Parts: sequence; structure tokens; C-alpha cells
Amino acid sequence: MKLTGAEILCESLTKLGVRHIFGYPGGAILPVYDALGKSKLHHILVRHEQGATHMADGYARASGGVGVAMATSGPGATNMVTGIATAMLDSSPVVCITGQVSSKLLGSDAFQEIDITGITMPITKHNVVVSRAEDIARTVREAFVIANSGRPGPVLVDITKDAQQASCDFNWEASAPKLPPKRQRINYEPADFERAVELLNNAKRPLILAGHGIMVSGAMRVFDQFVHAGNLPVAMTLLGIGCFPASDPLNLGMMGMHGEAWVNHAIQEADLLIAVGMRFDDRVTGDLRTYAKEARKIHIEIDRSEINKNVKVDAALIGDAREVLEQLLPRLEHRERGDWLGHIRELKGDSAVRDIQGLPDNGHLYAAHVINDLWKETRGEAIVVTDVGQHQMWEAQYYHHNQPRTLVTSGGLGTMGFALPAAIGAKFAKPESDVWVVVGDGGFQMTMCELATIVQEKIKINIAIINNGFLGMVRQWQEFFYDKRYVATPLVAPDFAALANAFGIRGERITSRADVTPTIRSARESAESVLIDFRVEQEDSVYPMVPAGGALHEMIRRPDSPLVETATEP
Amino acid sequence: MQTLVAYVENKPGVLNRVASLARRLAINIDSLTVGPTENEEIARMTIVAHTDEKGAHRLEASLEKLVDVLLAENISERSLLERDLALIKVSADQQSRPHLMELIKVFRARVIDVAPESLILEVSGTVDKIDGLLEVLRPFGVLEMARTGRIAMTRGSDLLRPPGAPPNGAETEPAVKAS
Ligand SMILES: Cc1ncc(C[n+]2csc(CCOP(=O)(O)OP(=O)(O)O)c2C)c(N)n1
Repeated sequence: MKLTGAEILCESLTKLGVRHIFGYPGGAILPVYDALGKSKLHHILVRHEQGATHMADGYARASGGVGVAMATSGPGATNMVTGIATAMLDSSPVVCITGQVSSKLLGSDAFQEIDITGITMPITKHNVVVSRAEDIARTVREAFVIANSGRPGPVLVDITKDAQQASCDFNWEASAPKLPPKRQRINYEPADFERAVELLNNAKRPLILAGHGIMVSGAMRVFDQFVHAGNLPVAMTLLGIGCFPASDPLNLGMMGMHGEAWVNHAIQEADLLIAVGMRFDDRVTGDLRTYAKEARKIHIEIDRSEINKNVKVDAALIGDAREVLEQLLPRLEHRERGDWLGHIRELKGDSAVRDIQGLPDNGHLYAAHVINDLWKETRGEAIVVTDVGQHQMWEAQYYHHNQPRTLVTSGGLGTMGFALPAAIGAKFAKPESDVWVVVGDGGFQMTMCELATIVQEKIKINIAIINNGFLGMVRQWQEFFYDKRYVATPLVAPDFAALANAFGIRGERITSRADVTPTIRSARESAESVLIDFRVEQEDSVYPMVPAGGALHEMIRRPDSPLVETATEP
Repeated sequence: MQTLVAYVENKPGVLNRVASLARRLAINIDSLTVGPTENEEIARMTIVAHTDEKGAHRLEASLEKLVDVLLAENISERSLLERDLALIKVSADQQSRPHLMELIKVFRARVIDVAPESLILEVSGTVDKIDGLLEVLRPFGVLEMARTGRIAMTRGSDLLRPPGAPPNGAETEPAVKAS
């Protein structure tokens, strides 16, 4: 059967199980769009190509499958860069398809020609230019394999216009992926494994550091068994949240720069850290010289290049988290750990009294309250997609996730503008789920054009803007470290509720605590998307905070009353 | 200085990926050589990098993450042979020539071109040997030089073959194709 390259692309994507493509057309990708129109694929027209990549990313993160984004050559492709980098740093399987000028024009600085594979080389897991229709099916199949195997990541396929237009035989069977034969390494020696078992069974103060890798490998069940078999307390990375229920008494909460104080103290006091699918990012370790000095370390990780990168470990078990945990599980012995768990409870008790949730309503609206109320009202079952900043950290602290893939957030790159488009992607992945965007007034203004996409696609998403009138997280740094010189952080915003209305979306503005829950409830009950502008305390800060590069146990803590001017305690 | 060997797909852009990776890891490459192997689809690289053992591990493991890299191995700690090849154009007049010829002999270099005012020497060996020769040639006037950079191979039975290649070196196809 003879098909054009463009038809082959659509046919291949369909066969690969793709149903949604997030994209934006243009000259160099027009043949594909023409073929798309004749296919069963649902194309979602975005308002900016960055949005398309974040949507594909949100789709991938919420579903565990591959998200697909599409753009034209030149500016269409370059607009994808931020989204690709975001997916790269959080190991998200996204396949980006870009149009390219015809192969005979390559290298001639033709109209809208840009070397997008050159540009994205360091921010993709792999990328490739296809200039022959014959190579399209195989290349796209390979892209899917690469994107979603091992440590996942984005793959970009740049297809020249002549390859899209040319016709050739389409034979699915004959276009099976043909990836280079890789050396198979032995992941770890039996001695490493035995050493890990010994460390595990002899530890007095063990602590698991649970990361995104658990979710990626689908290890949630065996992880749960492992934790309970060994009676091991668990600390979460930001991207690990959801891989182990927050309601489990052994789940201590988040670690790191804005982690719970008791978690950071527990890390510093532990005699064994079992890191699973996490990479000792500087935001979770703080100063490496003072990090977990007392602890031996076991690192379960699929990416060999992460071993001993930041933290030197005593036993490295390289491999898929699920497989490694399955092997360790039968060897793990149960321990009571009364002293250790009791000690952590004590640490927690001290912090809990400082927690803002315990404070009486003083007429101020705190972001933490909004998020806590959102958690309660949604019974912790929503998919929450956050942006980057203070609200992101409050979400991680006060929305307690029990299910994997229910927190979608940009961790590694910390990309403002991620939330709204990523939530659209998540909604397409999980149409039955209650999807909430939690976003700052700054980040929302970066990609708010995608409100139009919501309307055009007639999807239901709830948007909670945590509006503090500042680029909050940066303001917080200026407050703590730059003597409150608020340079370029006070932020003028439109009337978000009116803006929503202009797009055809219901908008609300909330200024008092009493209105929070009823408004969230009514948004949930509404069949259409609702945007809620929460006017929260302007100069509130996220506590605790480990200053960048500081020791993990030396946190700035919330002053006793949030109404007191923020003081920097050691 | 660390020495790595990599087998890579012999296709455009791979060198760029390898170089780009080293740059991203902030590892300075001292020399990088690429050449074909007995299998025309696979090329072999020798990478000599200014880094420590930890950096070399990072580079090795990160290289193997590239789809087009079939194998990467840090061989710095192994028993290995390294060779560099240099072409050196040195000024040589009637007076200096005899003295030059002596040095050339000591260093087992070869004269491969003779012109009225200069000679081109070819010398191969370890980097130290070539550096040594250069040192003694400098007073005569080194006009131009080209060096290949190092290639390296582990000694004896310590084999480093591309994945998929028969381990004993027996070719599945006859070495010389009948035409
Ligand atoms: C694209 C991008 N630009 C800049 C930053 C740096 N940055 C991190 S948090 C932040 C402030 C975010 O403000 P806002 O969106 O209002 O959220 P808030 O912190 O107030 O919750 C900024 C500017 C970033 N992370 N991403």
C-alpha cells in the first residue's frame, strides 16, 4: 500500500496507541496536518507551542504513557524548547514531532529553517532528522521505545517537508524498531546485593528516600510491601509524592529545601538511607559536606550515571526499582524500631505546633489554608497540577496525595507556566478525574493563553490562582537574603476572574477563609471550567526553609505567629 | 587524565553528541579520535579527558545513555597501550640537517618529505615520546605540526569488542571478500 510520509506518520501514531496530539500548525508541517484531518487522531490546538510540550508532558505524567506534541519548523520548534527541557529533567516520556524544511534546502538558511536537533541535543534523550518517507514509521516507533524505556525522556523527531510529501510503501511489520545493539552491563555484583541486605537488616535508624523512579517503574505495590516488611519510615522527594500513600503512618512527608523539619532532621540522624529512584538533587540534600553524615547509603537507581554523582553510596543496586525491590523483599527482616520511630514522632510533635493549620482564623487568607481546604474538599483524590513557586511547596506540604500520578509538577527544571497547559494534558489522559491547577499569579500569566484551549476543547478544569501580588518565591528569597529589597517581584495582574469571563470561563474572587470551601465545592459541582482567584496574604513565606547550599538540619522556621513580621531564626 | 574507549554508530552527528555531552558535563577533552572498525557501521573512539576518576565514571555512564553509543569504557586503570602520530615540518638548512638526522634516528622518526629549507617528519609513539621529540626540534624551528591524538588499546586478553561482535574475533564473513 502506497502512502505519503504524512499519512504514514498518522498511521504509525495510531498504531502506537496515540489518541491525542497537542500541536500548532505551520508551513513545514502542513502535509501532516492534512493527513491528521483524515485520521482518527484528536488534535488539540494549543495557543503556544510551549503549551503543547507541557500538555504532552502532563499527559505522560498523569497516564504513564507517552505524550505527543507537534509543531512546525523554525519558531514553532524553538517555542518547544522549554517544554522539552522540562520533560528531560523530570524524565517524562514525550515525543515531539516537528516539521522541517525540505531536505534539499537543509543548511541554506531557508525560511523558518532552524537546526532544532542541534538546539535540543542536550535536552532530549534522543533526537533525529528524518528526510525520507521510508524512514518515518521505523523512526517514530523507535522514538516511542526510547522515550518510554529505561529512564524515560523526551525524543524529538524532525521530519522534512519532502519526506512528509513523498509516497512509499507502508509496511508496519517491516518497520520494526532497529535500535543499535547496546552492551548489556551486569547491574550489580552479588556482593553489592548482600551488602545492601546486611545494611538493611542491621540498621537501627533507617530511612527510605522515595523518588519518582518508583512511579516510573510501577513499583508502588512492592514498595508498599517493602516498607511494611521492614517497618521502614519513608521520606518523599517532590516528584516521589503519590508513590506511597500520605495516609500511611510510615510516610513522613517531603524532604529537602522546603521539606518537613522532622524529615530533614531524620535524614541527618539516620544511620541508613535507602534511596529508591531518586538522584540526590541539591534541592533535597542541601550542603553535601554536612548531608546525612551518620548514614550508610544504598542507592537503587536505573541510571548508572547517577551513582556516586552527588552522594557517595555504600551499595549501588542499579536497575529497575520494581525488580530490585522484588529481589530485596524476601531478604528483608522486620524490626520494631520503637526508639527510632518514636524519636521521629517527637520531632514531628515539635513542628506540628508551629504549623499554620492550627492557627485561628484571624481574617487573613493564607495560601496554606486554601490548599489544605482544597485537599479536604477533594478528599485528596484530585489530580493537582502545580506551577513553580511558593504555592508549589505549599501544595506539596498541605495536599496529601495517596495515589500515584496525582501530583503533576515541574521539579527538575522548575518551569513557571507549566501548570495550566500540563493540566490540560492531564485532563485528556484522565478525563474522569477532577483536575485542579494550583498556580501563582506570576506563573499563570506566562501561559494563560491556554485558557482558550480549554474553551475550544470544552474540557473541565478547575484553576486555583494563589494570588499574592508578588513573584512570591523570589520575594521570599529577597526577604530572607536581600534585606527585603523587593526588586522586580511586585506584580501587577489583570482581574483574573474578569479575564476568565472574557475567555468564556466562570471566574471567582475569594478573599476570606469562610468562602474557600464553598467555592471549591461549587467549582467541583460545575460542569464547566472554573477559575478561582484566591487573594492570599501577600508577604507570607514557605517554612521551613533550608537556604540554598545550607546544611539540611539548619532550617529557617516559621515564626510563632504568621502575623509577626517574619524573623530569620537559625 | 583519563582514557575512555567508545564504540559508536558510524553515522553523522554522533561525534557532535559525544562532544556536546562532554561539554555539558564540563569535562575538557584533551583528544578525541574516531576511526572505523572492522564493522563499517561501527566506529571506535578514544577519548582522553582532563578529569578525575569520578568524572570519567560520569562520562562513561552518560555516554552509554546516548542511543548511538554502543559501549563506553574507562580504561585508564587497565594495562594499556597508547599511541599518537605526528607529522612535523621542521626547518632544516644544510648546516642543521646532519644534527637533525641524528635526533630523528634516536627518536625513530622518519623523514617523509624533503624540501630545500625543511623536512617533514613522521613519528609515532606515546605522547611523551612525541613531546620529547618536539622539545628537541624546537630550537631548529617547528614550522607546522599535525597530531592525530591518542588511540588506545588494552593489552593481551583484555578485549574490548563492540556488542554483537563475535568474542574471539572470528569473522562471520570472510575477511577478504571474493570479488
Ligand atoms: C520560567 C521561569 N522563570 C523564572 C523562574 C524563577 N522563579 C521561581 S519561583 C518564581 C516566582 C513565582 O511567582 P508566582 O508564580 O506568583 O508564584 P508564588 O511563588 O507567588 O506562589 C520565579 C520568578 C522560574 N522558576 N521559571
